Amino acid sequence: MSEERQHAEQEERMSTVASEETNGKGEGLLERIAYRIVNTHFIRSMYRTPWPTDRRSRLMVVLESMVLHLHPTKLPRHAVRVCYTWCLGGLSFYLFLVLTVTGILLMFYYRPTVEHAYWDMKDMMNVTPFGRVLRNMHRWAAHAMLIAVWLHMLRVFLTGAYKPPREFNWVVGVTLLVLTMLLSFTGYLLTWDQLALWAVTVGTNMARATPFLGHEGPFGPQLHMTPYNDVRFALLGGSIVGENALLRFYVWHCLGFPFIVAWLMAIHFWRVRKDGGISTPL
Amino acid sequence: MATHRATLERPAAKAGVKTRRQFLTDTFAILGWGFFWTIMGIFGWIFARFFFPNVLFEPSPIFEVGYPQEYPIGSVQKRNGVWIVREAYGFFVLDGTCTHLGCKFNWIDAEQKFKCPCHGSGFRKDGTNFEGPAPRPLDRYKIYLGEGGKLVVDKTSKFPGVPGKNSNELYPESILRI
Repeated sequence: MSEERQHAEQEERMSTVASEETNGKGEGLLERIAYRIVNTHFIRSMYRTPWPTDRRSRLMVVLESMVLHLHPTKLPRHAVRVCYTWCLGGLSFYLFLVLTVTGILLMFYYRPTVEHAYWDMKDMMNVTPFGRVLRNMHRWAAHAMLIAVWLHMLRVFLTGAYKPPREFNWVVGVTLLVLTMLLSFTGYLLTWDQLALWAVTVGTNMARATPFLGHEGPFGPQLHMTPYNDVRFALLGGSIVGENALLRFYVWHCLGFPFIVAWLMAIHFWRVRKDGGISTPL
Repeated sequence: MATHRATLERPAAKAGVKTRRQFLTDTFAILGWGFFWTIMGIFGWIFARFFFPNVLFEPSPIFEVGYPQEYPIGSVQKRNGVWIVREAYGFFVLDGTCTHLGCKFNWIDAEQKFKCPCHGSGFRKDGTNFEGPAPRPLDRYKIYLGEGGKLVVDKTSKFPGVPGKNSNELYPESILRI
């Protein structure tokens, strides 16, 4: 690209909105203020494209923006039919965002230690400003997300949207489902009450029976697996659900799994587009 | 000096024979990737091993449960989550976890049996399952006399209950005869 061309594009990008029909004449006060703001250098510098005036330039705005490019530039009409997808994937993602925001807020008051965890949770419910609302948002959104994810899978199955070329995205989706359940399971322990403790005791006892890697599983004893070196030990950081297990589940819940989920979701959404968008009703 | 010039020319690549350049490129590739994957392997091991702590701050699986004379003959007492049973022929230790789904069960003295509140499994005093859904007798742990004359339970030494087998006969070494 020549230097003059680059310069011209820069000029075009910085050109004001009021070029053709929208030159601000005879508009209301609010419109004129809006144009004044939109036409500032700062706002124009946020976009890599000139003000959209036709079909192509509107597409370019979406393509050339980091945030907007996550959306498709255009949608087939059937894709916005609510009764086809029920927006279940979108709802799952929305609930994930709710969980991220409320979860980060909960972290400001919660200490994952045997001494503090339960009482921090009780304080959250009783004395922290809006703590009860935020904790319950987190809890209900977690339940809702699991339901939404399951129903999303059901919808994809019933509409045959797992068929080639979308079979890899089905696999990514199933992985996301498992991770959603793991997020649920790890979050369950953090209240550190009797229900949480015994639920996770029973849940992680299942890991004892893992083939090869569990000390009570097939071929486990032959591989010298004991309660102190098997996969359950690595999950809990000990042989019982205690201090180490609480901290481990906390880190997995707040950092480990959300990172993996966010990464896989990016791939999942991208593949939906690349594999031809939302499947077409027959 | 025509001969001298000729020696400076690069020798033609022969089939099956590497040129010097090719040899060096291959060597560096093997060394480079070998180094890379070795480092990756080492860090893979480090990350995996990191999840297995060397020092635990949890109750010791080997613990004392008092002097033998604290246990009258025929008594059943719970200590640190395990049941200490004292019979005329000696002591043995039963794990406090039901073999059905892992609930904690109770000793009912009037009926001389262990009874699980979850699903109604019943066990005789020696740990044999006789009612309810429990599939096998209770697990036993090793018990011995410590140096100070106190009883010591070792939970790292386990005698798993086997369906249809009486643990007294299957594991005579699980009984401390004093």
